[in-house]
Amino acid sequence: MTEALLSVRDLVVEFPKRKTKLTALDKVSFDIHPGEILGMVGESGAGKSLTGAAIIGLLEPPGHVASGEIWLKDQRIDQLPYEQMRRLRGKRIAMIFQDPLTSLNPILTIADQLIETIQTHLPLNDKDARARAIQLLDEVGIPAASKRIDDYPHQFSGGMRQRVVIALALAGEPELIIADEPTTALDVSVQAQIIDVLKRMCHEHKTAVMLVTHDMGVIAEACDRVAVMYAGRIAEIGEVRQIVKHPQHPYTQGLMGSIPSIAERVDRLTQIPGSMPRLDAIPSGCAFNPRCTQKIARCTQDRPELIATELGRVSCWLYDGETP
Amino acid sequence: MIAMLIRRLIQAALVMLVVAFISFSLFQFVGDPINNMVGQEASQQDRAELRERLGLNDPIPVQFVRFVGNALQGEFGISYRMARPVSEVILERLPATLELALVSGVLAISLGIGLGVYTALRRDGWLSHFIMSSSLIGVSLPTFLIGILLIFVFSVELQWLPSFGRGETVQITENWSTGLLTTSGWKSLILPAITLGLFQLTLLMRLVRAEMLEVLRTDYIKFARARGIKQRSIHFHHALKNTLLPVITIAGLQLGSIIAFAIITETVFQWPGVGLLFINAIRFVDIPFMSAYLLLIALVFVVINLIVDLLYFAVDPRLRVTKRSASR
Repeated sequence: MTEALLSVRDLVVEFPKRKTKLTALDKVSFDIHPGEILGMVGESGAGKSLTGAAIIGLLEPPGHVASGEIWLKDQRIDQLPYEQMRRLRGKRIAMIFQDPLTSLNPILTIADQLIETIQTHLPLNDKDARARAIQLLDEVGIPAASKRIDDYPHQFSGGMRQRVVIALALAGEPELIIADEPTTALDVSVQAQIIDVLKRMCHEHKTAVMLVTHDMGVIAEACDRVAVMYAGRIAEIGEVRQIVKHPQHPYTQGLMGSIPSIAERVDRLTQIPGSMPRLDAIPSGCAFNPRCTQKIARCTQDRPELIATELGRVSCWLYDGETP
Repeated sequence: MIAMLIRRLIQAALVMLVVAFISFSLFQFVGDPINNMVGQEASQQDRAELRERLGLNDPIPVQFVRFVGNALQGEFGISYRMARPVSEVILERLPATLELALVSGVLAISLGIGLGVYTALRRDGWLSHFIMSSSLIGVSLPTFLIGILLIFVFSVELQWLPSFGRGETVQITENWSTGLLTTSGWKSLILPAITLGLFQLTLLMRLVRAEMLEVLRTDYIKFARARGIKQRSIHFHHALKNTLLPVITIAGLQLGSIIAFAIITETVFQWPGVGLLFINAIRFVDIPFMSAYLLLIALVFVVINLIVDLLYFAVDPRLRVTKRSASR
């Protein structure tokens, strides 16, 4: 396997409160390889978006990285001063947000926003930057890009705006894009197109993607590997096919089981009993143990680390002692 | 664009017509104008003659049309108190009020926006906390008290600045005299301008700060940060314009009230402007002057609102007509 592009090691993100502190991410570790698409799934509040924000250094205060390391190739980036981190953003790591309707500045033209981003990272004059901007818009599938570039965001539809957002994210030729639920705000017919554009662009530009979503369909469609998050921890990580077909962690099994299938008719959708714990009430041991149907004594006492199995890596005591 | 302009102009004309009607009714309802004009010895016949001559026996609509016609030509009748044409008196005093309003308006808008942006960007700095706390004074103290306090400190105790009047003025045209060209003129202007503008300054500042903080939390600012756009450009290129959009309306209205409510400041500082004249007019029930003043202030507000609408149009691309429709 090639050297990892991004390595996150034991990442802990905390939000200090008046007396206590909330641990929103608890020892999260994973790698993303060059050109790979890694999916991040989990319920709302599991810490998917927060992981993205921590990597690009845009955690909202008072949230901060309390411990752990983030490496981009051989550079450690979790403690960079603001100005160095700024140079890196857009140039090496870019980010796409959920809602294309609010991601673009309403009173600047697409040209303004694209050209400024390009010139921030690449030494191009106005004319060349504009040519590159038009080329990018063309690549993401905006018809008549050279005319539409001088339009304002409100003159585009939601799907078109998300294409513009993708063009903006790719403007500095980043090695990694963190896409934070890029299709959630779009209607279903447009979702597939956007995922397509994202896949194609990243393939052509050899960009790795961390795709945050709670849509298993999108994961199965687009990703190479997938990480399942639960209560600020990674429950399971592995190849998409393995996770979809042979989920190991009881939580992942529940997640997969809750996806309705067209093949069989059911009156009631299956669901995992209970709900995810609040950050100030995470149970000891495995965070999932109160909802788990296969709980053993050890689960309430010790916290499981990621254990390598033959199918992937899973943090569950059921798999302790198995040799890969 | 043209259609919008015409629509706005018609609206403005309608507003002015309504105000004109109110002005006009002042004559009808606030006492009998004849009583104010003739002496005590005037006979019943003299009164009837004067009434006929002034057209007060005509039907009300006819009188109103005549009033509007005269107003359009700048004819507001003779001031009861000064026995001179009202328009002449107002024109003579208007420059003083406009100068005062202009200086305090510029002061309020520039400092209001500047300090608002500063306190938003340096939210936790001690200077920001200091500015924010002291701005409460500007918002809560009444204007006349601020004026009197300023006079007490800077004129009575320190004796740096004059406490009343306009100082020396320079006659530019027959009706236009300015205090902006002499040192004593500027010195006299400082205290009244601060007094008049302080409330608007603090109001604008707090508004700009709140708007800016709001804008800095939006997704497009986060996205701009995620693209590595320079801090400076994020603050002043991406955020400031969006911040100022809603501020324009308030700033316009505040500018109007600076002119309209200069009355109090002019009284405190004995500033020889229209406002001071208006206070005296009320005391003497000088109806022609009062109705003309009412119309003038209405005109100021209508014109400022029109300018604000046009500014919006120029600044916010979303209001302009879309040339090409959105497509998926």
